[in-house]
Amino acid sequence: MALLQISEPGLSTLPHQHRLAVGIDLGTTNSLVATVRNGISVVLNDENGRAMLPSVVRYLADGKVAVGEAAQAMQSEDAANTIVSVKRFMGRSLKDVGEISRLPYRFVDAAGMLQLRTVTGVKSPVEVSAEILKVLRSRAEAALGGELVGAVITVPAYFDDAQRQATKDAARLAGLNVLRLLNEPTAAAIAYGLDNAAEGVYAVYDLGGGTFDISILRLSRGVFEVLAANGDSALGGDDFDQRIHCWLLEKNHLSALSPQDTRLLLTHARAAKEQLTDHAETRITAVLSTGELIDNVLTQPEFQELSQNLIQRTLQLLRRALRDAKLNVADIKGVVMVGGATRMPQVQHAVGEFFGQTPLTNLDPDKVVALGAATQANLLAGNRSGDEWLLLDVIPLSLGIETMGGLAEKIVPRNSTIPTARAQEFTTFKDGQTAMSIHVVQGERELVSDCRSLAKFELRGIPSMVAGAARIRVTFQIDADGLLNVSAREMGSGIEAAITVKPSYGLSDAEITRMLHDSTQHAQDDMLARALREQQTEAEQLLEAVQHALEQDGDLLDQSVRSQIETKMNALRNTLQLTDHPAIKRAITALNDATVGFAQARMDKSVARALAGRNISDLEVES
Amino acid sequence: MQLSSFDFQHNHFQLFGLAQSYRIDIARLEQQYRALQAQVHPDKSAHLPDAEQRLAMQRATLVNEAYQTLRNPLQRARYLLSLHEVDIQEENNTVMPADFLMKQMEWREAAFEAQQAHDAAALDELEARALRETREFETRLAIEIDTEKNYAAAAELVRKLRFMEKLAEEIHAAYDAIDT
Repeated sequence: MALLQISEPGLSTLPHQHRLAVGIDLGTTNSLVATVRNGISVVLNDENGRAMLPSVVRYLADGKVAVGEAAQAMQSEDAANTIVSVKRFMGRSLKDVGEISRLPYRFVDAAGMLQLRTVTGVKSPVEVSAEILKVLRSRAEAALGGELVGAVITVPAYFDDAQRQATKDAARLAGLNVLRLLNEPTAAAIAYGLDNAAEGVYAVYDLGGGTFDISILRLSRGVFEVLAANGDSALGGDDFDQRIHCWLLEKNHLSALSPQDTRLLLTHARAAKEQLTDHAETRITAVLSTGELIDNVLTQPEFQELSQNLIQRTLQLLRRALRDAKLNVADIKGVVMVGGATRMPQVQHAVGEFFGQTPLTNLDPDKVVALGAATQANLLAGNRSGDEWLLLDVIPLSLGIETMGGLAEKIVPRNSTIPTARAQEFTTFKDGQTAMSIHVVQGERELVSDCRSLAKFELRGIPSMVAGAARIRVTFQIDADGLLNVSAREMGSGIEAAITVKPSYGLSDAEITRMLHDSTQHAQDDMLARALREQQTEAEQLLEAVQHALEQDGDLLDQSVRSQIETKMNALRNTLQLTDHPAIKRAITALNDATVGFAQARMDKSVARALAGRNISDLEVES
Repeated sequence: MQLSSFDFQHNHFQLFGLAQSYRIDIARLEQQYRALQAQVHPDKSAHLPDAEQRLAMQRATLVNEAYQTLRNPLQRARYLLSLHEVDIQEENNTVMPADFLMKQMEWREAAFEAQQAHDAAALDELEARALRETREFETRLAIEIDTEKNYAAAAELVRKLRFMEKLAEEIHAAYDAIDT
């Protein structure tokens, strides 16, 4: 936690000193940074007076990186090196991202999260996002005149653990101390609720560039309680552009386009969508690289027709959220609209019709999330704002583990208020089983294969017992950021082995180390320290387990084998004195290898013991 | 409520300053929950050292768990019976009155048929009937636990309510299926 300590000088300062904290809306299309000044939440503009930073990053051949308007201007010309809507790739694999063929990037498939090949090398979505965050960070530090204590970064409520982790990694990479990951609709509700002293049940309809969220909240005397959240982390304004793009392809009988032309048409599609917000029709004209001329007129009714399915999908999720909250449309006092895509008249109309009331649009839908995040950041930084309020948020997706037959057993149901912890007990399947594989999944479906795999880990060192005798308690802890920690412990024997899950989709230590090398030294130290601590913990657990096994079943071993194991144990103990985590890892592997035969012998002994337990005299005693 | 009085050894009722009974004042529970979270929630200590933050998370986690348990009538009954050291035998006692099981099967079939026919109105009606039945079981549960102190009878009602909960889940899933 070196990073946290770096950012904690705030603690040693005078209690009344204002701590600099910001809220950042890291959006699919645009990003913003806001802070609380003199008790009022304000968006911070760049030197040209612009609040919104286009979430576009361009990698140049000379190693430079352009972010925002400058990058956006080159998106058609240098499409492959100019990353647009990177948020859609956060924590996603190639398999997760459909429509790859329509995107102008050179994708690299990597375990867990896809990567992008650019002119300056392969970049992960985390690195691309970090570039956006770095710009916002320096904008804030310049405006506020000092180093930030921390930031609240907003994420779609429906982001899963992988996407949240990726966002947190990006912030860390940008040198930001993350005070909290805050759900975007909740941030909007805070901004709206505090502004209007609202009371009652509200719905927040948040249609951003790439994500859709619906949250139902109860606002009561300064408490914002999320009752239900639902959404789709791959549905947003971009999809409306895609519909227009496809319509253009169809109208002009086009098939495979170059990346430049694809980006060109998408840019025109977006402009057309925006035009149709206050125009009955719009004309789209473009010249493709082949010299072909595109010239079509799209009317508002046609666009409505094209996008009908997308809007229907949002209403479907809305109904689900209401059912989860056990509420009816009539219970909803107001509907807050968030995200630029809610400006589309057909969206406003459909939502208004669904709720039987005109949606609230008195706050700028582009800024409301950042403003709410700033308010939360101010509170978390410990700046007393006068009006006390409290936020009770939920997890959007159920969490569970894989059980026999590939079924997902839910341990924490969706819409549980965080922080939360749940435990469930499991047992061993085989006699003498000393390890148990635990597969953590997220999602609502019955089959593991339909859920998102978050992590796999093994609980080792379970004392050898008859099948069904071990009691392994698996505990899920979800913190206030909505991030998960899983631990497993064998209860019966008194032996404890707790393991912190590192998500399988996340970045490997090597990747992180490389990225951090490119950025700040502090963060690198932090990562290395973490890697070291993890290896040390694993080493200590292993040593303890082997020691215990030797005490119990040492008689199963030849003196030569035993001394070999002891040599490896000593070697491992010696590496613990050093700070070289790869060395510890090698020593762990060596000890593990040396004990394979011993583990087998113990298992055999246990099986024999179990069989011996079933002799006739025992049966007689039992009967 | 003072933070200094926060005790991890307290049972859920004590935590919220409520009398230990099945019938509870939900409005008061909600009020106490909010008052307690206003003090222990991690947001209140995000600027404090790691140890404080961890403690806050543990406290808030416990408060959330206690609140969820007491607010839900079935979970509240389970919890109360566990305080009375009653084994509910939810997993291994499958003996149920035949008429109860028949009714359950009829309801499930009705949910399935409504789903097949995409008949949301039929689901609404079924849901309302199931809810009435559930409330009736809960009323009887209150009598058995609070008045009669007949915990064996209460345990059977809990087992029945488990069926009702499953039915509610199925109705919920049927709505989702109609929607998609």
